[in-house]
Amino acid sequence: MNNNVIEVKNLTKTFGDFTAVNAITFEVKKGEIFGFLGANGAGKTTAMKMLIGISKPTSGKAQVAGFDVFTHAEDVKQSIGYMSQKFALYDDLTVKENITFFGGIYGLSRKRIEEKRCELVEDLGLKDIVNQLVGALPLGWKQKIAFSVSLLHDPKIVFLDEPTGGVDPITRRQFWEMIYKAAHQGTTVFVTTHYMDEAEYCDRVSIMVNGKIEALDTPKKLKEQFRAENMNDVFLKLARSPSPTLTNGNEVNTDKN
Amino acid sequence: MLPIIFVLPLIQLVILSNAATFEIKNIAFAYIDNDHSSASRALIEKFNASTYFNVLTHFPSEAKASAAMLKGEVDVVLEIPRHFERQLQKSKQAHLGVTINAIDGAAAGVKNVYVTQIIQTFNQHIKVNLLQPSDMLSQPSTINTIPLFWYNETLNYKTFMVPGILVLLVTMITLFLSGMNIVREKEIGTLEQINVTPIKKRQFIIGKLFPFWVLGLGLLTIGLTIAKLIFNIPMIGSLALMYFYTSIYILVVLGIGLFISNFTDTQQQAMFISWFFMVIFILMSGLFTPIESMPKWAQIITEFNPIKYFVEVMRMVMLKGSGFMDILPQVTKTLLYALIMNGLAVWSYKKTS
Repeated sequence: MNNNVIEVKNLTKTFGDFTAVNAITFEVKKGEIFGFLGANGAGKTTAMKMLIGISKPTSGKAQVAGFDVFTHAEDVKQSIGYMSQKFALYDDLTVKENITFFGGIYGLSRKRIEEKRCELVEDLGLKDIVNQLVGALPLGWKQKIAFSVSLLHDPKIVFLDEPTGGVDPITRRQFWEMIYKAAHQGTTVFVTTHYMDEAEYCDRVSIMVNGKIEALDTPKKLKEQFRAENMNDVFLKLARSPSPTLTNGNEVNTDKN
Repeated sequence: MLPIIFVLPLIQLVILSNAATFEIKNIAFAYIDNDHSSASRALIEKFNASTYFNVLTHFPSEAKASAAMLKGEVDVVLEIPRHFERQLQKSKQAHLGVTINAIDGAAAGVKNVYVTQIIQTFNQHIKVNLLQPSDMLSQPSTINTIPLFWYNETLNYKTFMVPGILVLLVTMITLFLSGMNIVREKEIGTLEQINVTPIKKRQFIIGKLFPFWVLGLGLLTIGLTIAKLIFNIPMIGSLALMYFYTSIYILVVLGIGLFISNFTDTQQQAMFISWFFMVIFILMSGLFTPIESMPKWAQIITEFNPIKYFVEVMRMVMLKGSGFMDILPQVTKTLLYALIMNGLAVWSYKKTS
């Protein structure tokens, strides 16, 4: 019985002469919170885009939720949720309309959408804002709602691309509680982040440098391996090695609250 | 945004329909009278009486007249030579000098016709006065033509222009809005979110088309109402037929818009390309200049111009009362066009890069 929901082998993406993702190989187990780290420009987003089926890989193999991303990208999409770093609900629709719209796209019945909406309103305490335009809400709220919307259709895996960028520490805390809850219910969470304290919350973490995965293990083992105090040091040690994209390490967010 | 979408085109419709006219009126007219006779005064009186000419002044010399023409103060100068009256009476013929500003060649031609007509009526008048009773018998009876103007009996320019301008407004709004639409979602980032959902390409395109399609038909309705209420344009043909054709036509424009949107990365690019096509479509639509007078190669290009068909159909149905069979060629071509453009729009929308 195969327990891996993501299996990636030698996955590569090139743009002309430039190799953005260079033969990465890894697996993600069901129900795992998988941290996908890397400096800006290391190839994280490109790799993620291949896994969610909006970017065609140049070579290699990747299976997500049991479907090949080359041949069955649309089947992959039915089984995953995605939330991008660019907030992506419709600003000019209300919270309720966004839920109805995305629920509809995933083929949920009206009844199911209604149930989900009530659940969501209950869980997040949205009663007062459910009929407000999303554009008028504070970023923290938007991110939490976007995450919930990406889980509407009970996906096997949810991909989060820097979900907590720009939100306050309290909201980040709440956000991670939501992630834990989803993982607890059996959803696999694939998350990229720049916050190294968040990396510590992950079950396993991979660190990409220049299109390659340079380290992959539990945060604890990585710290031992690199003889580092925390994930921040692990990251700096790895990323500082010959990386043209990151000369001073000043793009790493060292926020540790 | 919605009020802007509806109000601006209507203001345009009202202003353009009144302003965009090829009728030539109020021609700035001046004369040089070297004769100062009763005949010369009678001739000038004819121009004065005409509504087409606005007799401004008379100039003492030709030099003054050409200076005024250079400045753009006058467009037509009539020069009456010395001894004009005497020549007329003596040799029954005289020469007149007419100078016309012909920067706009077509307008100059029309002005020339007007001038000639006035001089001819004056001439006939003179002739009768000069005729001897004995000549009366040998005088050939003149042939009079009585023109019949069909479909627009009063030759009202607005009747001709309003349906065409209505076409432009429906086209412009739907093309620009659809052209900006997908590209706007690219900019905001919602398109990426849509692309990771299992939505089908054709579902997405139909979802994009539908609101603008309704909007376009709404614009047509308001435009037709204004045409009827403000301009009192006759609507002889069937309204249902106009809506039927427009509903197909809007699909063509939307298909083009979405196709442009798929190929561009920013709203500026989409706007630029939409304008490029819009200008060609408008100028080659037969709205302002007849297609029959275009060179052969240009006429072939107009075959691919959706606006041309829409202008034709609106004028045919509204003013002539043409039926479905009369506009069948336009309907067929438009339908084909709509299928191709929307096929391309679906094809060019790529969920995977």
